[in-house]
Amino acid sequence: MAEVLVLVDHVDGEVKKVTHELLTAARLIGEASAVVVGAPGTAAKLRDALAAHGAAKVYVAESDDAATQLLTPEVDVLAALVAQASPAAVLVAASASGKEIAGRLAIRIGSGVLVDATEVNADATVGQSIFGGAYNVKAKASKGVPVISVRPGAVEAANAEGAAAEETVAVPAANAASVVTINSREPLAAGDRPELTEASVVVSGGRGVASAENFAVVEALADALGGAVGASRAAVDSGYYPHQFQVGQTGKTVSPQLYIALGISGAIQHRAGMQTSKTIVAVNKDAEAPIFEIADFGVVGDLFKVAPQLTEEVTKRKG
Amino acid sequence: MNIVVLVKQVPDTYSERKLADSDHTLDRESADAVLDEINERAVEEALQLQATHGGEVTVVSVGPDRATDAIRKALSMGADKAVHVSDEALHGSDAIATAKVLAKAVSTIEGVDLVLAGNEATDGRVGAVPAMVAELLGLPALTHARKVEVDGTAVKVERETDEGVLHLSAALPAVISVNEKINEPRYPSFKGIMAAKKKPVTTLTVADLGVDTAELGIAGSWTSVLESAPKPPRSAGQRVEDEGDGGTKVAEYLVGQKLI
Ligand SMILES: Cc1cc2nc3c(=O)[nH]c(=O)nc-3n(C[C@H](O)[C@H](O)[C@H](O)COP(=O)(O)OP(=O)(O)OC[C@H]3O[C@@H](n4cnc5c(N)ncnc54)[C@H](O)[C@@H]3O)c2cc1C
Ligand SMILES: Nc1ncnc2c1ncn2[C@@H]1O[C@H](COP(=O)(O)O)[C@@H](O)[C@H]1O
Repeated sequence: MAEVLVLVDHVDGEVKKVTHELLTAARLIGEASAVVVGAPGTAAKLRDALAAHGAAKVYVAESDDAATQLLTPEVDVLAALVAQASPAAVLVAASASGKEIAGRLAIRIGSGVLVDATEVNADATVGQSIFGGAYNVKAKASKGVPVISVRPGAVEAANAEGAAAEETVAVPAANAASVVTINSREPLAAGDRPELTEASVVVSGGRGVASAENFAVVEALADALGGAVGASRAAVDSGYYPHQFQVGQTGKTVSPQLYIALGISGAIQHRAGMQTSKTIVAVNKDAEAPIFEIADFGVVGDLFKVAPQLTEEVTKRKG
Repeated sequence: MNIVVLVKQVPDTYSERKLADSDHTLDRESADAVLDEINERAVEEALQLQATHGGEVTVVSVGPDRATDAIRKALSMGADKAVHVSDEALHGSDAIATAKVLAKAVSTIEGVDLVLAGNEATDGRVGAVPAMVAELLGLPALTHARKVEVDGTAVKVERETDEGVLHLSAALPAVISVNEKINEPRYPSFKGIMAAKKKPVTTLTVADLGVDTAELGIAGSWTSVLESAPKPPRSAGQRVEDEGDGGTKVAEYLVGQKLI
């Protein structure tokens, strides 16, 4: 069976959930090989998690440069492995970095790149959801080894035993002219909440929340539901909530089981980032707000009354 | 410092966007077209860098004839000149094909120190064209910048993504993509709009660039769309007025849906 390369997304010595999803998708197409690129000592910490999700092989590409150069080490390692292993496909997460790695790799190896797949099939064709979920398309790579970036949360991760046999590979020497050096990192205050694109519940606040302090109301409901917090662009632009939590056309695309919109009008650009959510609940004091056109359950009312009451009810039911 | 800005005309997100039934490409007649908002920010950043470091700002766009409007907008903001690659053979080109044409078009401009682009287009949301152009040109790619500083022959960027903020540096020439929070783009002044009409726009075909048409368009692209279907729009569900029990009603609904 042909190998399928999966680029491992990791942070602080832990495998990100999306990697488990990619390994699951990879096993549909062929034999999953995890590719770890990072500082020396990285792979040892990740191996057990990769084995538990069906990685037959773990390629270990470690060097000091790999941790201090932006994205080119990943591209270089994957390109070398494609030449060595002739895989059936290469899968990476459709994160900001993953999309770039996939694009560059495809150019490097003369392949087609399929961006932000929401479905991966056994023949390496993919499903995609475009224009903010208005269209579904099916696509394939017409040349080379398909390079696919897969949307986090699109595939359900399944456990499977994998041998996770380690094989060391060299990180090729960087091309000096195109190196980008990472001088320092400011990690985002991770907090205890799930990641926005991975969460099964997202509670978002809009301009109606009216201040940064008031976002505590949104956070309290998110915490009661074990969810992530999102924001509309108007809320971000007004400085109520940080940019990385923006949902919509130019922010994150989320597709949780439950999306709760508080004080959000539901402009088309906001809907583009959340309308594929399974269930949508909206609270808005304007009965005419377009968000109600797509809400499964809408409350016309003041979010400062409705949300705290809901938080209390949820907390009560959790016992 | 000579700066190239890659600008793309996209369907306005306020209008309905459709795919043509015949070949699954964007139905350009169905939607209004605008200069992608993020590209206004890239142009703004270029103009601010030019104000400090001098040099020329050239906008480059690959797209159909009507992309001229997007180019004029960038020129009316203050860019000096433009290169527009327009060719029937481009119809249906995917991201890789587009990146190849863009890289060739940038190569026609002499003494480029910096290539600026948006981090992601609102239509395709590929989010990789700037990195692919960098790959093709053999240049460093400093992407998702919320801050750019040029110092002599080096450039420093603050990259903001989900992974946090990275402080990056690289040697010029380089490719930089900017994010939505980098600046507030200026509005073209009346004077700017009038001046833009006289600014030089070089129109090129793919043959002019020496790109093989076998690598372009629907047939030559690196990916192909097999099927496309509009998703049935969502419909409104239940709606209640809050009469002091709105939160409780939502909770009951969520229990009914087994969501809590
Ligand atoms: C190119 C482009 C890209 C864009 N990208 C995005 C994007 O990624 N994400 C995004 O969100 N937007 C995006 N927008 C902006 C979008 O068009 C809207 O302006 C934005 O979504 C509005 O945010 P909002 O709903 O919070 O604010 P508003 O439209 O101002 O709505 C606030 C709502 O809150 C309600 N409200 C006020 N007080 C209360 C209260 N106490 N209780 C209950 N309800 C209350 C009001 O009735 C109103 O409906 C983009 C726009 C463009 C042009
Ligand atoms: N056809 C094009 N012409 C000019 N610039 C483009 C084109 N396509 C993409 N770009 C640039 O690449 C950026 C990111 O686009 P994308 O990778 O397609 O999401 C855009 O904001 C533009 O700056």
